[in-house]
Amino acid sequence: MDSKISTIDQNDTSSELPPQMGADEVLRVENLRKWYPLRRGFVETLFSKNEMNVKAVDLVSFSLKRGEIFALAGESGSGKTTLGKVLLRLVDPTSGSIFFHGKDITKLTQRELKPLRREMQIIFQDPFESLNPRMIIKEIVAEPLRVQKVAKSEAEVEERVKQVLTEVEIVPPEEFLYRFPHELSGGQRQRVAVARAFILNPSFVVADEPVSMLDVSIRAEVVNLMIDMVKKHSASIIFISHDLALAKHIADRVAVMYLGKVMELSTSEKVVDGPLHPYTQALIAAVPVPDPESKRTKDVISGEIPSPVDPPSGCRFRTRCPYAHERCSTEEPPLIEAEKDHFVACHLYT
Amino acid sequence: MAVLSVEGLTTNYKTLRGWVRAAEDISFEVEQGEAMGLAGESGCGKSTVALSLLKILPPGGKIRKGKILLSGQDLVPLSEKEMRKIRWKGISIVFQGAMNALNPVFKVGDQIAEAIKTHEPKVADSEVRERVAKLLETVGIEPSRANNYPHEFSGGMRQRALIAMALAADPSVVVADEPGTALDVIVQAQILRLLRDLKDRLGLSMILISHDLSIIAETCEKVAIMYAGRIVEYGDAVTIFKDPKHPYTQGLIKAFPSIKGEKVRLTSIPGSPPDLLNPPAGCRFNPRCPFVMDVCKRVEPILEEHGDKGHTVSCHLYH
Ligand SMILES: Nc1ncnc2c1ncn2[C@@H]1O[C@H](COP(=O)(O)OP(=O)(O)OP(=O)(O)O)[C@@H](O)[C@H]1O
Ligand SMILES: Nc1ncnc2c1ncn2[C@@H]1O[C@H](COP(=O)(O)OP(=O)(O)OP(=O)(O)O)[C@@H](O)[C@H]1O
Ligand SMILES: [Mg+2]
Ligand SMILES: [Mg+2]
Repeated sequence: MDSKISTIDQNDTSSELPPQMGADEVLRVENLRKWYPLRRGFVETLFSKNEMNVKAVDLVSFSLKRGEIFALAGESGSGKTTLGKVLLRLVDPTSGSIFFHGKDITKLTQRELKPLRREMQIIFQDPFESLNPRMIIKEIVAEPLRVQKVAKSEAEVEERVKQVLTEVEIVPPEEFLYRFPHELSGGQRQRVAVARAFILNPSFVVADEPVSMLDVSIRAEVVNLMIDMVKKHSASIIFISHDLALAKHIADRVAVMYLGKVMELSTSEKVVDGPLHPYTQALIAAVPVPDPESKRTKDVISGEIPSPVDPPSGCRFRTRCPYAHERCSTEEPPLIEAEKDHFVACHLYT
Repeated sequence: MAVLSVEGLTTNYKTLRGWVRAAEDISFEVEQGEAMGLAGESGCGKSTVALSLLKILPPGGKIRKGKILLSGQDLVPLSEKEMRKIRWKGISIVFQGAMNALNPVFKVGDQIAEAIKTHEPKVADSEVRERVAKLLETVGIEPSRANNYPHEFSGGMRQRALIAMALAADPSVVVADEPGTALDVIVQAQILRLLRDLKDRLGLSMILISHDLSIIAETCEKVAIMYAGRIVEYGDAVTIFKDPKHPYTQGLIKAFPSIKGEKVRLTSIPGSPPDLLNPPAGCRFNPRCPFVMDVCKRVEPILEEHGDKGHTVSCHLYH
């Protein structure tokens, strides 16, 4: 993977320095990139000098404060999951840096990362797939304890599992310890995933679309539980969701991604109620509203998200942007602070 | 007279463990040019109702009671041969799961052509080609793309192609099962706008199935809210969203975060939907209902008018 770095043009990185956040930050990333090399035939490789890459995450910079709920929004393929995995070093970045509690973890080996792993956890989208169907709930939740070897005795393991199950309202815990995932409802399963994520008292959690597979009537209770756990454990969470309405209600800040880039970043109210970027505006206009009397003939931008292999030159959104002008195709807009604490990458503001 | 009138439709699935009571005593009407939304959570029986209307239920699925009146003609007693004349022409369906509903080995245009030829075997090939081109244009696809295979289409285009197919035989009722659900919100909005345009332009009657109340609110004039195989509330969309009567409808509306308005803590409905092999006695919602009374556990409530005309609700609180 390292050999790829040399092929990347680093000239354009200087303009995207991260917003300065101060000392209380859990995580900071600078100019983070994840490019997946595209596999091609032998002949093509012979005759073409250009590397073809899927630019899943391309020069992303931001930081996460202690106790913060930070939402990552954007259409399918915009790079949300990839970014989440890179932050946890589950996927190696192509370039850029990741600082975790001030320590540069970009180049640490998996072995060096192991002690830090207890501080960082992930919750996946599908509770049916993420919990091992052959393991009982007790073992699923205890797994991080065992991997990190933090419990002194079997009794302590069981005690801590029961305690965290109680926290996520899987009660009474004794009744659930020896059940298998398929004996639980979807909501209960996702609670178990939350319990496992929090058993080591992590300071940083990535939740990747944690409620999108759940029934609407039970989504809120899982979301509220996660918010409560984050607050209680003074953890920070990156909540990945394509649902901006949900992001608005739960997140402190929201970053909107498009084709691997952050297009807009600010508090959830600013992003949703006063979006600056034409892409965010288009996304919000497209979200259906549960009110039959709201305006039905709204403007919907045309087209679909282009391929991340060969994204449009300049601003990646320009091919769908109603305000695109000449400069947008030649110059990539940097993420700038257009208003206080409101960052946007768009030439309308530069 | 309503174009489609469903009366007391009951469809169950026979399984080794007994009957899955997926749709029970379903009644609704769709007028000419009207869109009715069928809303409810996963597994409540929405697709079962849709498949019943066309009588294309999977093995084990059986219509056990009720009538499906299409322009006055009851479809329930019809033979398979007679139903073939109704499908696509009388009622057509846009199947759930746009990504996989097309056959991957045939060109998109040929699949639409097939839908035309099934109904009108005598039409000349050249005319079929013309009609395919016109249908593609109607749904916003460049007609030259007829020669592409489904995998060469984006998700949104596949959904559009499925809509073109549903329109191929000029049907009077179109059922759209979760249109745009797996698609991104912008593409989904494009699809919903297309469906509304088609409805207005062609005077179609539509049944729009979705678990997303917001989509129904934006698209339909009338709504039926389903819970665990039954319609619990039915009526005009504005009335139901403004003044929901059934505790389930109230809870569901509150569970939807709106992108407009103040930041709030979301609310949910405690518990989860029941197993339809063995639904709760009395009102099926009673184990999760905040207003549950004794009678709710014993007596199954029936849909009765309450308040505005045509607004019906099945709940003991009101009757
Ligand atoms: N292992 C991989 N190899 C090659 N390409 C990949 C890999 N993982 C992701 N990609 C590509 O990277 C881009 C970003 O994908 P990613 O899954 O991060 O998006 P996402 O925003 O999470 O989308 P979704 O909302 O669908 O989950 C996509 O084009 C995807 O196809
Ligand atoms: N072939 C079948 N055999 C037995 N049970 C079935 C069959 N198909 C569906 N069911 C059951 O019937 C009930 C209703 O299913 P249906 O697919 O109609 O729900 P739905 O409302 O369309 O759900 P979704 O929103 O997930 O599409 C469910 O409990 C389901 O498990
Ligand atoms: Mg993802
Ligand atoms: Mg369905």
